[in-house]
Amino acid sequence: MTELIQFVIDVLALGGAYALMALGLVIVYGILKLVNFAYGELIMVAGYTLFLMDGTGLPWLVMAAVAVLMSIFFGVATDYVAFRPVRAKSVTAVLITSFAFSTILQNAALLFISPRARNIPLPDVFSTTVTIGGAVTPLRNLLTIAATIVMLTLFTWLMRRSILGIAMRAAATNFTMARMLGVPANLIISSAFAISGLLAGVVSLFWLGRIGSVVPGIGLEPLLVAFIATVIGGMRSVPGAVLGGFLLALIDTSLNHILPQDLLKFRDAFTFSFVILILLWKPDGLIKGPASGQRT
Amino acid sequence: MNRHTLTVASLCGLLLMLVFISYAVDVRVFTRIATTLCINVVMVVGLQSFMGNTGILSFAHIGFMGVGAYTSALLTIPAQMRGMALPDLYPFMEGLSASPILAIFLGGIVAAVVAAAVSYPLMRLSDAAAVITSFALLVVLHTVMLHWSEVTNGPRTLFGLPAITSLPLTAIVAAGAIAVALMFKESRLGILARATRDDETAARAMGINTPRVRWLAFILSALLAGIGGGLWGHFVGSFSPKAFYLKETFVILGMLVIGGPGTITGAVLGVFIVTAAFESLRTLEVVLNSAQIFSGQVVGFTEIVLAFSMIAVLALRPGGLVPTREIGDAIVGLIRKRKG
Repeated sequence: MTELIQFVIDVLALGGAYALMALGLVIVYGILKLVNFAYGELIMVAGYTLFLMDGTGLPWLVMAAVAVLMSIFFGVATDYVAFRPVRAKSVTAVLITSFAFSTILQNAALLFISPRARNIPLPDVFSTTVTIGGAVTPLRNLLTIAATIVMLTLFTWLMRRSILGIAMRAAATNFTMARMLGVPANLIISSAFAISGLLAGVVSLFWLGRIGSVVPGIGLEPLLVAFIATVIGGMRSVPGAVLGGFLLALIDTSLNHILPQDLLKFRDAFTFSFVILILLWKPDGLIKGPASGQRT
Repeated sequence: MNRHTLTVASLCGLLLMLVFISYAVDVRVFTRIATTLCINVVMVVGLQSFMGNTGILSFAHIGFMGVGAYTSALLTIPAQMRGMALPDLYPFMEGLSASPILAIFLGGIVAAVVAAAVSYPLMRLSDAAAVITSFALLVVLHTVMLHWSEVTNGPRTLFGLPAITSLPLTAIVAAGAIAVALMFKESRLGILARATRDDETAARAMGINTPRVRWLAFILSALLAGIGGGLWGHFVGSFSPKAFYLKETFVILGMLVIGGPGTITGAVLGVFIVTAAFESLRTLEVVLNSAQIFSGQVVGFTEIVLAFSMIAVLALRPGGLVPTREIGDAIVGLIRKRKG
């Protein structure tokens, strides 16, 4: 029983973080049909912002807010640097420019800060543990679950109720038609990148909270997670991204429990092979999104 | 001479010129750069034969380079060094050995077999999903190389490969790769692949088995990547799994994109241009470091410049420097114009 509670909390906390990451990727993909390879670097940006503010004496929540703002800022910057110049051209072109932008950010961190890991300031709540039904779990995990619920509620409200959300959904379904009806294309796309940055920023606090330090290459793992979660869930579907995130967390956590010690180091290889199997069965992912029109 | 032979001849001429210059200059650094350049030609031309013909971006290419390098290492590390280089090697593998040249080609074949075994389901995907899964495949290959200590010595450096790769050998292999890639491009299969690239639905309607065509192109590309990896392994003599990951992927991709993924001429030209730019920037980096203008070491500057030039090329010339016409076509066109 204790083990079960432990397992469920682990899956939910990990899955929440994965789902939010995947969501940030899907919201851009849904509208532009383009993948943002520089997405993982938003986490790095938030991490280095925290590192640079260490010792300023500001309360941690203020630092966290600034870190999230920086992540949003760089999200929008991705749009301007990597997407806008080549948006109307081939899919491959944008993949490569966003990959290039990610390299720029990583190497800028190498060049101006350091190739070595840097510690980031964290509040005490991140290192305390609590006991639930006999299972000892870090409070951090429960905070992640809470943040996931808040963010998902906020996101759903935004997409369903606000004018911006309705315009974004219209753009995701049929971009040309939405533009004809007066939806401003650039504004919608920039907002999608801003929301994507917000999600990455919030996830980064918990992701970094788990590790405690930041290195230039830190964005790779979350990026990969978001990629795989969206591919499993269905590239165009928002519920698919959330489902994919939780499913991936379930696979990862189960493998952690099942695999013997000497195979555990190959966990990523097992996870991705499993993903390939899912794709064999459903090449479009588990949930099909809205039928989509042409790209811009 | 028809236009295809002309293309191969011109590009091989370029390589030959490089070999001659490096023998005339006879500076060790220059020969090293020229050899690396030829290896990169094999790699980039290999990537071109998949990416250029099918239009799908593949990240896994460098992973297959790693497969080739490790296979070749396994076959050629001298018996007396094996105990040290690969302490955990499986007993049945201890007796394996082959001459280095044969080992390099076997490395290519193993890479092709691995590619054939894992990639068929991935070829059903298109666009973004295909790219993402190829990225995942790179991570899988990297994870395996990093942790399969019995065969790869884990994350530690693997050493003891006989350094047999010389400039003429790499130039010959590069010329061979160019010829093979062009033959593939102009073969029936290559044309089918380009049909699926230009309009997948129409190609399918005409009865083209898209996954199969892409799959075969992918195998060829992995074969060349494996050979490139073997050559590189015998050039540097020691390496670790880190050598086959994102940084290298970025460089190879940059060469192809700047040159033009649609043509082999573009691929080869891209290698020359990016190598020239890279080496001069690296020299600049060294100068900056020794002058100590910045407080710390200047690292990563070269990659930043390469990244910006990739974005610039894609924004201004989306097809790369040589988007559609091979050099042979251009020459034939010129001659015709003069005659007519």
